[in-house]
Amino acid sequence: MSLKFSSVFPLKHARAHEVCGDSALSFAAIAAGMTKGAVVWISEDWRPTVNPEGLAPYCDPGRLLLTRAGNQLTALASAETALRSGAAGLVVAELSGTVGLTEGRRLQLAAEAGRTTAILLIPEGAGSNAAETRWRSTGLAAPSGPSSGLAPVPRQNGHDSTHWRWSLIKNKIGTLSEWVVRWDAAAHRVIVVSEAGG
Amino acid sequence: MQRRIVSLWFPRLAAERSLRARPVDAPFALSLFDRNSERLYDLCPRAESFGLNRGMTLVHARSFCPGLLTRPADPAADQRFLRMLARWATRYCPWVGLDGRNGLFLDITGSAHLLGGEEPLLDDIRARLARAGLTARLGLADTPGTAWALSRFAEGIAETGETLARIGPLPLSALRLSDQTCTSLERLGIATVSQLYNLPRATVARRYEPDVLRRLDQALGALPEQISPLGEEPGFAVRMTLPDPIGLLDDVMAAARRLTAHLCQRLDTAQKGARSLKLTFRRVDQENQAVELKLARPMRDPERILALFERGVSAVDAGYGIDMIRLEATEVEPLGMRQLDRTEGLEKDGLDDLITQLGNRVGLDNILRFQPVDSHIPERSFKLVPAAYSRPAQAWPANRPRPIRLFAPEPISGTGFEPPRRFRWRGRALTVFEAEGPERITPAWWDLDDSWAKGLRDYWRIATHQGQRLWLFHTPQHPAWFVQGEFG
Repeated sequence: MSLKFSSVFPLKHARAHEVCGDSALSFAAIAAGMTKGAVVWISEDWRPTVNPEGLAPYCDPGRLLLTRAGNQLTALASAETALRSGAAGLVVAELSGTVGLTEGRRLQLAAEAGRTTAILLIPEGAGSNAAETRWRSTGLAAPSGPSSGLAPVPRQNGHDSTHWRWSLIKNKIGTLSEWVVRWDAAAHRVIVVSEAGG
Repeated sequence: MQRRIVSLWFPRLAAERSLRARPVDAPFALSLFDRNSERLYDLCPRAESFGLNRGMTLVHARSFCPGLLTRPADPAADQRFLRMLARWATRYCPWVGLDGRNGLFLDITGSAHLLGGEEPLLDDIRARLARAGLTARLGLADTPGTAWALSRFAEGIAETGETLARIGPLPLSALRLSDQTCTSLERLGIATVSQLYNLPRATVARRYEPDVLRRLDQALGALPEQISPLGEEPGFAVRMTLPDPIGLLDDVMAAARRLTAHLCQRLDTAQKGARSLKLTFRRVDQENQAVELKLARPMRDPERILALFERGVSAVDAGYGIDMIRLEATEVEPLGMRQLDRTEGLEKDGLDDLITQLGNRVGLDNILRFQPVDSHIPERSFKLVPAAYSRPAQAWPANRPRPIRLFAPEPISGTGFEPPRRFRWRGRALTVFEAEGPERITPAWWDLDDSWAKGLRDYWRIATHQGQRLWLFHTPQHPAWFVQGEFG
């Protein structure tokens, strides 16, 4: 029996999750839109900030509290502080290095103590074993079958047919799977287009 | 009761303040940049003996006295020092006012007997100031005007009733008149106060500015003159000295708890909230350790403040023990009574505390919030403001689709007005699967931003076969293609 999307997304509350892949940012933005309260968004200060206008369709940028950390260690420490305080609805940390088992476990414990969910945006393969789930989010080239040709097709209508492939590549309490999803802006929710990578 | 006023004049306040801090054994002067050159601001008697005076240019002074040592003057610090002296002078009487840059007025009415009379009181002031390394000239009279004149021109005491006799022989500048007025009176042969007093008042009033008679009347007591005492600034600092040194974290926190409670009570009375706090520990080896706390919002809740101090206090090195703890609110802001609100209170407080905690780790300026800006230029459509000093933006304007991450434009190879079909970006070969556009954005003509120097831009949203969705633009005026954002 295959894993149901609704059992793993929205992400399990009060746990630390990891996301990698090219479209990890939009995954985090969508997950942030599903939560309530302030979103503490921690990133290292050399990285450009997220663009609030790009975030707006998924999540109200006014909820964001940006924390600019000097290095990964400060970012992790800030994430732990934010999680443990329990005042935020979600903590997102953009990390550039590997998350060790100790760090990952500390974050997981802090998330449980503060009843706050954490999303760590990590480079490919840099996750820790302590994460509750790990996702890989990538854009999908051809949502409706293979493309007819190479010619760029100027689209006329503003219909957003963005599709992502969300693969669950680690799951502490269940099996792995992957889905093709798209964002329904009107309903403000994620719609599963096809199961198991369809 | 007859008023009795002491005028205290510090003729070399600035120079002596500087020498108190770092004494030198040489002709010494302070210099200040004024009217296009470095000029002497204040100097010591030894420098004066070389023929130097105030207002002389430094170059000129050096030619008289090559061994002159100078330091830059700091008038603001001098002013602070004078205020400190005013506070010190309240040991003689409760009513002390500032007098210009380097003088004080003390209203000692009814308090002279505490030191055994007027003469011993002046001697005491003189002795204490001399010990502190300050030259002071003192005058005591019934009115501030006469006391001022005595301190400048004839040190001493004018008994009640002999005001005119004492001030009479003094030159006109003893009346605090402008140099111009003094000169013009002197031209008429009027050199002393008594000569001025003997003139018919109507003539003087007609010929001179009202200041002349006003100052004369003030000196003689016919016109009242107020001395404005300095308001006591409410201090938000509390201190605890311990009979035996302590070192355990719990003990230190218990002491800090008592100080915090005391400080918050004081803040409460003044309707203020602390914005930044400093907790100083003095160890038995006289070493000081300070923990600073910057708060996201003014507050005076002892329990919350204490919880925020915990991290800093645990990092303090107690050494051989701590025997004094001082808590000071270094920045305070008005904070009125607040209506308790059942619905939002706790949650918001929690978030403010979180901002404080994070701020003490990465700096309060590094906790930011987005605020919309009314601009059609994509990278200027928002600004970052410190979260501690702002409220969240209420409504975010809906706009055209924008990438989730914007970066500085990165050039790619491409020609023509349509997006290139294949290109390399960040080391990856990408082929375009579909493209949407163009959306033309023109730079603001009033804004000379270098990054928009290439003129207007045609933006395209593209999706690639490899999965990336990018925001490209083409600059038709200087044909080139760039990537500026990722949709994620």
